[in-house]
Amino acid sequence: MDRNFKQQLMAYMAGNFTCRETAELITDYLEGSLTLTQRLRFQMHMGLCFACRNYLRQIKYTVATLRKLPSEPVPAQVREELMKRFRNWKQEQSSQASSSDS
Amino acid sequence: MSFCVWPWPPGLLFSLAVPTLQETIQLDETGLVQALQRGDEAVFSAVMDWYSGSLLRLAMAYVPSRAVAEEVVQETWMGVLEGIGRFEGRSSFKTWLFRILTNRAKTRGTRERRYEPFGLAGSDSEGDEGPSLEDSLFVAEGSGKGHWIDPPQGWEPDTPERALLSKECRMAIEEAINGLPDNQRQVITLRDVEGVSAEEVCNILTISETNQRVLLHRARTKVRRVLDPYVHGGKT
Repeated sequence: MDRNFKQQLMAYMAGNFTCRETAELITDYLEGSLTLTQRLRFQMHMGLCFACRNYLRQIKYTVATLRKLPSEPVPAQVREELMKRFRNWKQEQSSQASSSDS
Repeated sequence: MSFCVWPWPPGLLFSLAVPTLQETIQLDETGLVQALQRGDEAVFSAVMDWYSGSLLRLAMAYVPSRAVAEEVVQETWMGVLEGIGRFEGRSSFKTWLFRILTNRAKTRGTRERRYEPFGLAGSDSEGDEGPSLEDSLFVAEGSGKGHWIDPPQGWEPDTPERALLSKECRMAIEEAINGLPDNQRQVITLRDVEGVSAEEVCNILTISETNQRVLLHRARTKVRRVLDPYVHGGKT
């Protein structure tokens, strides 16, 4: 009886969020921008729903995968060109400084 | 100067070690800015190597071709040299750098007729409202309303490594990012690919926190969908 009541209570509280609503709140949850009540309901739903737990994990793994994407390679000639421009800039700077000194 | 004789706690041994140039770039921003103002070539070269890949990736979210994006990156570094003397540290160096890039990229993008400012372009604001997941994924009526029809499966903990091992999957992820509306692409590139903080992203792209979250969520949802068959169907 007692256990049944507890289950019903949990189902009622979690029932405030459907899977769909929970899935749409995942980024807000990960960003820490849910209100206290929303967070409790979110966590309650997560505690009861394996599918949403899987979905949350999938989103986390997606983020982790994106974070590990190899960096965009910068062509060597772009780099060389930039270093050349840097040296020109430095020369201009020092010639400006010396002309303002004299 | 340190007067510590006994290396305790053990971490102290490492903290006494001379930081590498790359650590300096990340940790000592004032020193970095001063070195650039002085015209320190080694520092410029290291900073450029550290950030150019990220800049290039973000530039590609604004302009139509890689060649133009490379030009934008060059222009950005020239902008850094022009402006470094006036840099006052009101924002972090990284935010400032990315702001220069976005400004130049927007100008170039408009000229190349691809980029239109936030909220104005039809394709940009397309799909920014309403749910990010289709109605067809969920039970429409009855007691199970709003629950998954086909519940998501578990992914293995080594998903990121496995996914990126496969060239096909890596290409699919890149294509998924390239196919996103521009504003979603900019947000996910900065937040998830480059690991920039939410606050910095809002400053760089001059968008609200709420908008940042909405765009990020939609973008992540789409990339997850592309990734799913590769990691779940055992394709990798």
